[in-house]
Amino acid sequence: MGEAIVITSGKGGVGKTTSTANIGTALALMEKKVCLIDTDIGLRNLDVVMGLENRIIYDIVDVIEGRCKLKQALIKDKRFDCLALLPASQTSDKSVGTTEHMKKIITELKQEYDYIIIDCPAGIEQGFQNAVAGADKAIVITTPEKSSVRDADRIIGLLENKEIEDPKLVINRIRNHMMKSGDMYDVDEILQILSIDLIGIVIDDDEVIKASHKGEPVAFHPNSKASISYRNIARRILGETVPLQSLENEKGVFQKVKKFFGIRS
Amino acid sequence: MRENKQLITIKGTRDGLTLFIDDSCSFEDAFIELNEKLIEHHASREEPRVPVTIKLGNRYLDLEQTTRLQELIERDSHFYAQEFESNVIQKQEALLWKEESEVKALTRIIRSGQVLEVKGDLLLVGDVNPGGKVVSTGNIYIMGNLRGIAHAGSDGDRNAIIAASYMKPSQLRIADYISRAPDYESDGVYMECGLIDEEKDKIVIDRLQVLSHRRKDLSGFERRMLNG
Repeated sequence: MGEAIVITSGKGGVGKTTSTANIGTALALMEKKVCLIDTDIGLRNLDVVMGLENRIIYDIVDVIEGRCKLKQALIKDKRFDCLALLPASQTSDKSVGTTEHMKKIITELKQEYDYIIIDCPAGIEQGFQNAVAGADKAIVITTPEKSSVRDADRIIGLLENKEIEDPKLVINRIRNHMMKSGDMYDVDEILQILSIDLIGIVIDDDEVIKASHKGEPVAFHPNSKASISYRNIARRILGETVPLQSLENEKGVFQKVKKFFGIRS
Repeated sequence: MRENKQLITIKGTRDGLTLFIDDSCSFEDAFIELNEKLIEHHASREEPRVPVTIKLGNRYLDLEQTTRLQELIERDSHFYAQEFESNVIQKQEALLWKEESEVKALTRIIRSGQVLEVKGDLLLVGDVNPGGKVVSTGNIYIMGNLRGIAHAGSDGDRNAIIAASYMKPSQLRIADYISRAPDYESDGVYMECGLIDEEKDKIVIDRLQVLSHRRKDLSGFERRMLNG
C-alpha cells in the first residue's frame, strides 16, 4: 500500500511543480515506484517540466468523466520504468471534479505505487481542496519571501482541518547572501513563524531553470547543489536522517584550508 | 396570615428608601400589600422624588413583574425605582456570566487567515502569526509570539489589556481603540503589554510590571462581579 504526498504552497511560483518533478525523480532513482499527479487543471505544467508533454493522450479529466481507464491515462517516464505521470487537462478549469473523484483515483494508484506525489494548484479554492483530499501527507513549499511565508502559514492552517499528518516544510530558492544581509527571512525565522518540521532546503540554482527548460528534472544529474537537495529530501521521505546542506559556497582549496584551520573569512 | 406577618418592610437610608419584599409569599400578595402601603403614604408637600432600592431576597422577578412593580412604585411620582436586588439569577444568565468571566486557556497556533474569538479572558499558549487574529471580550494573555492582530475588550471594555511574551503585533485593538505597528522595520519586545492610557488617549505598550499599579483589579472575575 502506497503513500500519497501532496506538494502545496498557497502562493504561485514558489516551485511546487519543480519540487514535485524532482522529488518524484529522486524517489524513482532510489527504485521506488512513483506516480506523479498534476492537479493544476487548466494550467498544466508538470508534463512540460518532465519533458513528457507530447506523449499525453488522455488526462485526469478524461479519467474523472469516464472517457478512459486510469491506466490508459498514465504516462510512463522516458528515463525510469518505475515513474509515471497522470497529467492534468489543459482545456477544462480548476473546478472540474470533486474530492470524491480524487480520493478514488488515489486509492486505486496506491495499490500499484509506493509513492503518489500530487502537484497542487496555487490558491485555496476547489482545486486545492481536490488536491489535498486523497493525501496522507503534505509537503509545504515556501521561499524566504514574506508573502510566500504568509501564504504557507495560511495553507498550514487549512491543512490542520484535514485528515493529513503534520505537514513538512521545504524552503526553496534560498539566496544565502540575502539571508545573511537580512533582506530575506533566514531559515530560523521561517521555522519560528511556521513552527513545522523542516524536510529540506533548496538553494536558488540556475541549473533548475536550465533543467526544466530541457524537460529533464535537475535531480536526474547529481552535478548541482539543488539536485543534491532534492535527493536529500527524497531520502528523508524514506526515513533516513540526512544532515542539512551547508549554505556556504566553498570556493576552492584555499577556502577549505582556511576552514580546516578555523579561520573565518 | 397576612395580618401576622409584614410582607413589605420599608427602611429609610441615607440614599433613599429600601424596600424589602418577603420572598416566601406570592408575587400578587406582595403587590397588593405594596399598593396599600403606597396609598397610605401621602406626601402632600412638593418633595424631590425619592430613590427606592428594592431588595427581593431569594425571589426571581421576570421582566413583566419587574415592570409592574416599577410602575406601581413610580405611579404617584413620589418615588422612583433605582435598583432591583435579588439573590437569585437565572441559570442562563449565570452561565453567560461565568463564560464572560472565565479565563479560556488554549494551546494552538493562530495562523494567517485564522480568527480565534472567545468570551472572557484568553490565555493562549502558542503564537499568533502575521495575518492571524485573536479577539476576546476580556483580557488577552499570550504565552508565545504575538505577530498578528489582538483585540481585547471587544465589547467595549477599555480596561482590558493585551500581554504577550513577545510582542510584534501588526495591530493592537482594545475596545474601540486601534494602534498599528510603525511603518519602519522594528524589533519586537519581550514580556510587555498593551493598555489604554487615559491621559494620552491611545494604546501604549509598556513593561508587564506596570500592570501591578495601573490595573490592580486585573483578576477578571471579581472585577466583573463588581461591575455586573
